[in-house]
Amino acid sequence: MNIIVCVKHVPDATADRKFEDDNTVDRVGVDGLLSELDEYAVEQALQLKEKAGDSEVEVTALCVGPEKAVDAVRKALQMGADKGIHVVDDAIAGSDAIGTSLVLAKAVEKAGAESKVDIVLCGMASTDAAMSVVPAMLAERLSWPQVTMASVIESQGDQVRIKRDGDTATEVIGASMPLVLSVTDQSGEARYPSFKGIMAAKKKPLDTWSLSDLGVDAGDVGLSVAWTEVEETTARPPRSQGEIVKDEDGSGATALTEFLASKKFI
Amino acid sequence: MSEVLVLVDHLDGAVRKPTYELLTIAKRLGEPSAVFIGDGAKASDVVDKVKKYGAEKVYVVDDAQIKGYLVAPKAEALQQLAEKTSASAILIPSTIEGKEIAGRLAIKLGSGLITDAVDVQEGPVTTQSVFAGSYTVTAKVTKGTPIITVKPNSATPEESEGAGTVEEFTAEVSDAAKGAQIVASQPRKASGRPDLNEAAIVVSGGRGTGGDFAPIEEFADALGGAVGASRAAVDSGWIGHAFQVGQTGKTVSPQLYVAAGISGAIQHRAGMQTSKTIVAVNKDEEAPIFELVDFGVVGDLKTVLPAATEAVNQRKG
Repeated sequence: MNIIVCVKHVPDATADRKFEDDNTVDRVGVDGLLSELDEYAVEQALQLKEKAGDSEVEVTALCVGPEKAVDAVRKALQMGADKGIHVVDDAIAGSDAIGTSLVLAKAVEKAGAESKVDIVLCGMASTDAAMSVVPAMLAERLSWPQVTMASVIESQGDQVRIKRDGDTATEVIGASMPLVLSVTDQSGEARYPSFKGIMAAKKKPLDTWSLSDLGVDAGDVGLSVAWTEVEETTARPPRSQGEIVKDEDGSGATALTEFLASKKFI
Repeated sequence: MSEVLVLVDHLDGAVRKPTYELLTIAKRLGEPSAVFIGDGAKASDVVDKVKKYGAEKVYVVDDAQIKGYLVAPKAEALQQLAEKTSASAILIPSTIEGKEIAGRLAIKLGSGLITDAVDVQEGPVTTQSVFAGSYTVTAKVTKGTPIITVKPNSATPEESEGAGTVEEFTAEVSDAAKGAQIVASQPRKASGRPDLNEAAIVVSGGRGTGGDFAPIEEFADALGGAVGASRAAVDSGWIGHAFQVGQTGKTVSPQLYVAAGISGAIQHRAGMQTSKTIVAVNKDEEAPIFELVDFGVVGDLKTVLPAATEAVNQRKG
C-alpha cells in the first residue's frame, strides 16, 4: 500500500505573522515549520504502516512550497516517512487553494504512475490560511471519494472506515481505496522524531519536482491567475486591557456581576 | 436581477438560523433563491420559513437517493442548479460539510472560493478574520461564479416576504459521487442550551476547572449562554470536542465571552479573540488571557463563579 501525506510549511502560529505588500502571506520574514495539524496526518500514516507490518506500506511526504518548505518534508521523514517529494517552482507563489490542489493532484498522479497510490492523507486544515478545503478539492480533482475529518481510522484490505465528528452528528464513513483521507487533532498525538529517526532521515530519498515535471502550465497557477483576490489586509488593533481585580472574600464575584450588569448582560 | 443561491442549513428539515443570515446577505447581492437538499416531505415547512426572509424561489432537491453519501452528491446538485439558473453567487454555511461542498463545487464550476466570511457586501466583497483574529482581510472572487462560505452571526436576519416559488429539482448524481458512504450517524444530544456557534453569550472552562464543569454550566445557564471549553479541557476528556473553542474547534464571536480557568494560548485565542466583550477568571495573574480582557478577576473560578451565579440569579429575581 502506498500512502502520500500532504504536508504544508507554514509561518509559526506563535510568531508575529504578517502579510507582504502584495497581500500574500509573509513566508520569509517569519520562521516556518511543518503545520502542526499536518503532524497528525503523518502520525496516522505511520500508524497505518505499523499496523500493516513495515514492509507492506510506503509513506511519502509531499509538500508544495518555496525552497525552505523542504523543512516540512524533512520533519515528516524524521518522524518516519519513507521518502519525500518537494514540488518547488517560482511560478507557484501566491496560488490559492484552487491552484495548490491542482499541483498536489498532478503530483499524486505522477507518483501514482510509478506505483499506485492508495491513500492521500491530509491534516484537517493548515494553521495559516485554515480554509479546510484542499482535501475535498483534491478528491474532486482525482475523482476519488473523500473520507474527511476523521478522529478514528480503521482499515481492512482496500476498505477504510472513519469516525467523523460533524457539526450536528457523529458519523461513520466508509469508502474503498483509492481515497483522500483527512484527520483531526483528535486522532492521536503526533510522535516526536527520535535521534535515530533524525539520523535515518538524512539518507532517505527526497525528490524535487518542478511544474514542468508535473506537466502543469506555469500560467495556470500563482498569484496573477488565482481565482480569488485579496483586496486589503489590516492588522486588528490590539485589544486594550480592561480592569483587573483581585478576588478577596467574594469581592471578585461582586465586581464581576456589577461589570456584567453595567454592560446589560444581566 | 440575477439569482443568488443559498444552501439551506437545516437539521432534518428544521431550518437553522444561519440560513436566515445567508438569505439576508443574498438580498444585498441579487435575488435570493433557497436551495433545500433534504426530505421532500418536509419541504413545505422549510418554504414557509425561508420565504419570510426573502427567498423568491425555493429549489427542493429530495435527498432520498443521496443522503447516504458524504458531500460529493450535494456538490453535484448545486453545480447543476448553478448552471441551470446562471446564478451570480452561491452562499453556503461555513460548517465542516458546507466548506467541503464548496471546495468540490469550486473545482466543478471553475469558480473562485472564499471561506469563513464574516461579512459580505455588494461586489461581492467579503471580509474574513485571519491569523487567529489578528488581521482583517477583504477579498473577492475574480473567476466564475463567486462561491462564499459564511460564518454564523455574520448578519442580522432581516424579515422580508419573498415569493417563495417552489421548484422541484432532480439532480443527476454520478456513481463517482457515491464513493464515500455514511454507514452510521448518531445525532448530537441536545443540551437545552444555545448552540455554541450562534450564542450571544459563551462561558468556557479550561484546565482550571480540574474537570468539574458544573460551575461553568451553572454560570452559563444564569446568563442564558452556551458552554465552551479549551483544548486542554477537551484533551483531558472532561468535555466533548463539539464544545472546543479555538483553532481546531469552533471560532466564536459572541457579545460576551467568559473564559474561566483558561490561560489563553494562541490555539484558544484564535477561536474567541473577535468576541465583543471578553471576561476572564483565572488564579494566575500572569495568564496571557488577561491581555485581552475587558474585565478580569484574579481568583479561583470554583469560588468566584458560584458566587457570581448566585448574584446574577438574585438580580434576575
